[in-house]
Amino acid sequence: MRKFISTEKIKELINKDTKIIPTIFILILLVFWQFVVDIGLIERYILPSPKNIILTLIKILPEIKIHVVATLQEAISGFSIAIILSIILAVLMDSIKIIKKAIYPLLIISQTVPIIALAPLFMMWFGLGKLPKIIVVVLVCFFPIVISLLDGLESVDKDMLNLIKSMGGSKFQIFKIVKFPSSIVSFFSGLRIAATYSIMGAVIGEWLGGKEGLGLYMLRAKHAFKLDKVFAVIIVIVILSMTLFKIISLMQYLFMPWTRES
Amino acid sequence: MNSCHNKLKVKNITKYYQDILVIDDISIDLNQNEFVSILGPSGSGKSTLFNIIAGLIKPDKGKVIIEGRDYTKVTGRVSYMYQKDLLLPWKKIIDNVALPYYIKGKDKKEARELVKDYFDIFGLKGFEYKYPFQLSGGMRQRAALMRTYMFSKDIILLDEPFGGLDAITKSKMQYWLLGVLEKLKASVLFITHDIEEAIFLSDRIYILSDRPAKVKEKVYIDLPKPRNKDITTSDEFNNIKRHILSIL
Ligand SMILES: Nc1ncnc2c1ncn2[C@@H]1O[C@H](COP(=O)(O)OP(=O)(O)OP(=O)(O)O)[C@@H](O)[C@H]1O
Ligand SMILES: [Mg+2]
Repeated sequence: MRKFISTEKIKELINKDTKIIPTIFILILLVFWQFVVDIGLIERYILPSPKNIILTLIKILPEIKIHVVATLQEAISGFSIAIILSIILAVLMDSIKIIKKAIYPLLIISQTVPIIALAPLFMMWFGLGKLPKIIVVVLVCFFPIVISLLDGLESVDKDMLNLIKSMGGSKFQIFKIVKFPSSIVSFFSGLRIAATYSIMGAVIGEWLGGKEGLGLYMLRAKHAFKLDKVFAVIIVIVILSMTLFKIISLMQYLFMPWTRES
Repeated sequence: MNSCHNKLKVKNITKYYQDILVIDDISIDLNQNEFVSILGPSGSGKSTLFNIIAGLIKPDKGKVIIEGRDYTKVTGRVSYMYQKDLLLPWKKIIDNVALPYYIKGKDKKEARELVKDYFDIFGLKGFEYKYPFQLSGGMRQRAALMRTYMFSKDIILLDEPFGGLDAITKSKMQYWLLGVLEKLKASVLFITHDIEEAIFLSDRIYILSDRPAKVKEKVYIDLPKPRNKDITTSDEFNNIKRHILSIL
């Protein structure tokens, strides 16, 4: 009987807290990784161990601070610009059907152009400063936000629209009262994806040249065969991306209490 | 009672969807303070008829006359409650209910002030600042009804408002609705396909045919008012029910 209850408990725990399983899995992977490097199966300069990476990370923290700031600046400016542009474009596309017909295929095609090929052109056109990096961020963030916002605007309940119409509401009121709020959940899922892309976009931009930023720092570390530094910076990038992701989720939780249920 | 002042007149409405005739020459009258039900099978065209009365759809023939004036294809005169509650999930109940006032251009403070006193009547006191998902089905329906009433207090169209509720809640809501209307003095047009519901609530019932919807018969319900649940087991009630079943 006792055993029965405990397995039930475990099941409940697994169902309730989805974090437990991935955490255990990652821990197993890390232990395995550490083990493989420790027994010398893989040389340390080819693949540093998790312990090396953490120690390196702590050591280089002071010197990468300035690069973190630069990358964050580019990512957040690009992300904000992408949000504004996406809202404008999505609203235009939703309210004027011919614009949507004209632009939608273009949007999809634009996504098949490899950013890594475009980025060097931006360097040529706009120099080695922050601007070309910000443009890369805007380009990678723009698409998920526009598409999710458009989806949201389209999936509005038609009866809801009719209800406002039956009360004599204007087009603007319909947009303000029903369309925008009901698409905001979908908008936020686009924002979350774009937030994680934003740091990556900035890093890609920096990778191709510049004066500062995590991408540049990684590039230098790579050239010097300091793989432990490269991995340490990857960790920083993951943490930054996850933090942005969490901030967006938190904003959704705070500003949209009705989405907490479900 | 029946010679009362006429509020709403639906005159010879005909409506096609593409080439299919959905509504075939329907005329309906609604007098002041009257409760009139429209009883018809599913898919016969009842919601379409309400959409026409509310001014959302243009009929192919016929007119909607309200207090002597032509309101065909004019929105914003009658209040209309849909089959679904259609509460906005992102607005608190008080703001959902005050929606008609927001649309008329009132600001938040004013609008809330105007609806505050009705929460008691609609049985929603204490739930003003909750979100729709925090309410039960019956309460949501009452909130939708309250919003409907806030828009126009004289003519109210209700499209199967209790269709989605369980039998017990439904019966409570019907009883409650009669009580509320006693206080509010509104003229109600009510769609249902529940015969007992129609008899219990109405002064008059229009019975519609299958698609295309036509008026098969007008049935006057002379049961005394105020009504309570006992009436549903009385002989008169059952006679009317038998009669309606024989028509359908
Ligand atoms: N926009 C539309 N275009 C074409 N046909 C429609 C449209 N709206 C409704 N119909 C058709 O018209 C008929 C009547 O629909 P309506 O919604 O008015 O029925 P109803 O009596 O309200 O049914 P229910 O009791 O199930 O709500 C149905 O057969 C439906 O398929
Ligand atoms: Mg219907």
